[in-house]
Amino acid sequence: MTVIGWIQIILFCTIVIGLVKPLGWYMTRVFNGERTFLSPVLRPLERGIYWVGGVDERREQHWLTYTVAMLLFHVGGFALIYGLMRLQAVLPFNPAGQSAVSEDLSFNTAISFITNTNWQNYGGESTLSYLVQMLGLTHQNFLSAATGIALAMALIRGFTRSSMRTVGNFWVDVTRCALYVLLPICIVYTLFLVWQGMPQTLGAYVNATTLEGGKQTIALGPVASQVAIKMLGTNGGGFFNANAAHPFENPTALSNLVQMISIFALGAAMTNVFGRMVGNERQGWAIFAVMGILFVAGVAVTYWAEASGTSLLQAYGLTGGNMEGKEVRFGIVASSLFAVVTTAASCGAVNAMHDSFTALGGMIPLINMQLGEVIIGGVGAGLYGMLLFVVLAIFVAGLMVGRTPEYVGKKIEAREVKMAMLAILVLPLMYLGWTAVGVVLPSAVASMANAGPHGFTEVLYAYTSGTGNNGSAFAGLTGNTLFYNLTLAMAMFVGRFFMIVPAMAIAGSLVEKKSIPASAGTFPTTGGLFVGLVIGVILIIGGLTFFPALALGPIVEHLAMNANTLF
Amino acid sequence: MLREIRPAILVLVLLTAITGLAYPLAMTAIAGVIFPKQAQGSLIERNGKVIGSALIGQEFKDEKYFHGRPSATVAPDPNDSSKTVPAPYNAANSGGSNLGPTSKALNDRVKEDVEKLKAENPTATVPVDLVTTSASGLDPDISPDAALFQLPRVAKARSMSEDAVRELVTQNTQGRLAGVIGEPRVNVLALNLALDAANAK
Repeated sequence: MTVIGWIQIILFCTIVIGLVKPLGWYMTRVFNGERTFLSPVLRPLERGIYWVGGVDERREQHWLTYTVAMLLFHVGGFALIYGLMRLQAVLPFNPAGQSAVSEDLSFNTAISFITNTNWQNYGGESTLSYLVQMLGLTHQNFLSAATGIALAMALIRGFTRSSMRTVGNFWVDVTRCALYVLLPICIVYTLFLVWQGMPQTLGAYVNATTLEGGKQTIALGPVASQVAIKMLGTNGGGFFNANAAHPFENPTALSNLVQMISIFALGAAMTNVFGRMVGNERQGWAIFAVMGILFVAGVAVTYWAEASGTSLLQAYGLTGGNMEGKEVRFGIVASSLFAVVTTAASCGAVNAMHDSFTALGGMIPLINMQLGEVIIGGVGAGLYGMLLFVVLAIFVAGLMVGRTPEYVGKKIEAREVKMAMLAILVLPLMYLGWTAVGVVLPSAVASMANAGPHGFTEVLYAYTSGTGNNGSAFAGLTGNTLFYNLTLAMAMFVGRFFMIVPAMAIAGSLVEKKSIPASAGTFPTTGGLFVGLVIGVILIIGGLTFFPALALGPIVEHLAMNANTLF
Repeated sequence: MLREIRPAILVLVLLTAITGLAYPLAMTAIAGVIFPKQAQGSLIERNGKVIGSALIGQEFKDEKYFHGRPSATVAPDPNDSSKTVPAPYNAANSGGSNLGPTSKALNDRVKEDVEKLKAENPTATVPVDLVTTSASGLDPDISPDAALFQLPRVAKARSMSEDAVRELVTQNTQGRLAGVIGEPRVNVLALNLALDAANAK
């Protein structure tokens, strides 16, 4: 670890913190339907969409209707991606002549993108046409991100409204998020990325004759427009196979810094939106503090582990940390930081190969995802995931002092706690359950690229990432097989929607309750005690669930590495 | 609930048209005007022919060129499409080795590379980036240490003085942005082009 490395980490954190308030202010205005400086341009477009779609923007929805609308929207999105991938060979914008994608890979990818996972069983430049990248993947990057934020807004309204039945209008929330928040930022962001060197062209792949006379086919495409929303919407699906490690998908150290910031920007700002909506910004900052503390702890461990290198490299007198699977322009610190950011935030883009990280360095990304991706988290998803943990923490605190627990003016009762537990428990069921199957079935075992405990970690990482809708991978695992395509699709689906529906049920239950003013007996939820309590609940629930699995994977591998055991 | 079906189709179609077609196509048009070179992939031409991209590494084996990092990219096996064969710096199929810290295959590869480099320059310490594969397999850069390590070989192969080559390495070394962001690095293709140009004079 170096001083300059830590300065880069502090710089990153400072910029993210600086963005929380202004973005939170703007997004609050957007979702309250207030005028913004973009309204003169976007308002006519927005009204046009409602007119064609038959949406009455003043008619709000019950939580069940809101959820059904969201699910129907995803059925359409799924059909669109699946159809485009199957038919890409006969559709336009296919200069590389990509052939139709197989049924199971198309199925996996369609599920992957509608769930905001963006797991890459597809190879990007070697599999997909430009049309699929734009009309299939870029559009769903926008819409799955907008959906996440819309759902978080519905849950926030559950807390802020008193004795009502409706939680907002899904169509309005999604449209406003896509038009007023995501699209304007992406337009500016795309131009910045192209300036940094990212291609944005519909031209064919270029055949170059290298300096030594060799042939090199250079894959191109409309990269920048997709990468902008891939990061901002915490989607993470790469245009290229190597994702943000590819020099075209992350050309410079500056583009790398901005990409990391954009992964966190909206998720971090959502805590401020929450604070503003419940009428006390400090409520938002308390949640942000929980996230921040867990994040910095993770960064410290991964940076330390990667900078220390591996005993294998040290045995040959190689110093300078573990550079296997990392790019020179990012080095150890920006690769470690990126890995923690992308897994804390459900993004899943990678600028280094996590599979080649040290055992402990690679364990932190795994833990980030297993904690439910509530450290900033996916846009929207991170906030509603965190609020589920807050419900549990408040419940625990209430048990300790023998009072009915309440949070920002709402009583937390049996129904909320049950739903929160359901949402939180379904995640380990998926990733531990499928990992158990994956390490027993011979055909699944054949997909591992590394032997020994590292191979186990590859499988555990895949299902954890899928269930958590992250999308990053220990990419050595050959995921493009019938077994993995189908089971990972199931993990992604359950991980997304079995968390959303209980969260929406909580929203529906809370919105009908009366708001009660804080009294002397109310547990304060803006102070250090609350922050510590929530961190404790997250770590205890997480630790008890997945520590045994970690012991079989990264922990045993770390011990093996120090004993110079190779597999 | 049935009334939600119409927006589920039409709002989806409209938002898809805006975000999936209008947005990327408009950005392509605008970027093509403002940043034409970058938008096309920062291609480098010499004598009217494309020799590569400034951002994409390429394979160098000749003694008179600086070499990039090992690359783990592969290509489909021409004899059996279900298998792959090594194809370093394949810019149509990026990827890393994905070998973990306790991998025997990684150990064997690093050992072989270290021995080769030690034979070439026995006095210097082997820089770690010269024996580890990059994440993309297309890393255009090496560390300044990795360039200096190869300096004696390149100078000898070109019959240039080490000082003259060192001068070119220094000119092609990029520092951290604002002294803070990123890592110091040398773009291998740019350095080799500068070498060729210096020889041609």
